[in-house]
Amino acid sequence: MHALANPSRFLRFARPATTWLLLVGLALAVGGMAAGLTLTPPDYLQGETVRILYIHVPSAWLGMAGWVGIAAASVSQIVWRHPLAAVAGRAVAPAGATFAAMCLITGSIWGRPTWGTWWEWDGRLTSMLLLFFLYLGYIALASAERERGGEGRIAAIYGMVGAINLPIIHYSVLWWRTLHQGESIGITGSSIDSSILWPLPLTMIGFTCLFGAATLMRMRAELAEKKVEARMRRMTS
Amino acid sequence: MNPWPFVIAAYSIAVALTAVLLLWAFASMRRAEAAADALKRR
Repeated sequence: MHALANPSRFLRFARPATTWLLLVGLALAVGGMAAGLTLTPPDYLQGETVRILYIHVPSAWLGMAGWVGIAAASVSQIVWRHPLAAVAGRAVAPAGATFAAMCLITGSIWGRPTWGTWWEWDGRLTSMLLLFFLYLGYIALASAERERGGEGRIAAIYGMVGAINLPIIHYSVLWWRTLHQGESIGITGSSIDSSILWPLPLTMIGFTCLFGAATLMRMRAELAEKKVEARMRRMTS
Repeated sequence: MNPWPFVIAAYSIAVALTAVLLLWAFASMRRAEAAADALKRR
């Protein structure tokens, strides 16, 4: 990570990476969603609604992974004073908030035909909603600090403290047994049949690449804005 | 209950949100990099 601390070096990496992540992400996400809609059988219990799995699971993963990124950037900023850490944290937040919102909306739509309700205040749903509000708070705080010319240390501390919510989301289905199902996909295996499961890695990798592309584009935008601000300051002084 | 309206609604929202995120990130990047290039040429 420290090899990319220099903005010029980072941009040499980020420019081609943005294009590749966009192209690979679009191909995999579109292919995975098409396969999930047309090539897999309906579930014996949930029927056709199981197809929402291919967008709901990646959005849940990216909603949480986004905050892991913010927490890592915050630690990097506070401990090592990495020059791009604050930029990275601010760039991850809009993408993370978007996927957290997508997780909540697709989950709600999935809940209506399977549970008979759009919303239930159970552990998983409530902690995910809290994560979405944490994103909004981080975006507001980081923007306000940047406008005042601060280094973003308050936002970084908020990013680290907010990470407490991540294990709560993950273990909520074990701690509080309510409407949301338990863990069906783990590192060691899955309880979902492979005939239904196979498009999921395509959408998982595809949306992750698109998340990465959006983050790199925001980082490039912010670095260019900083360059303009620095030049304007030099011109006026 | 017909499940397809729910499936189509979920996919439409996912595609729309992802497209808005990518287009906004792309537009802001292009605008900022164009401004930086224009200032460099002056």
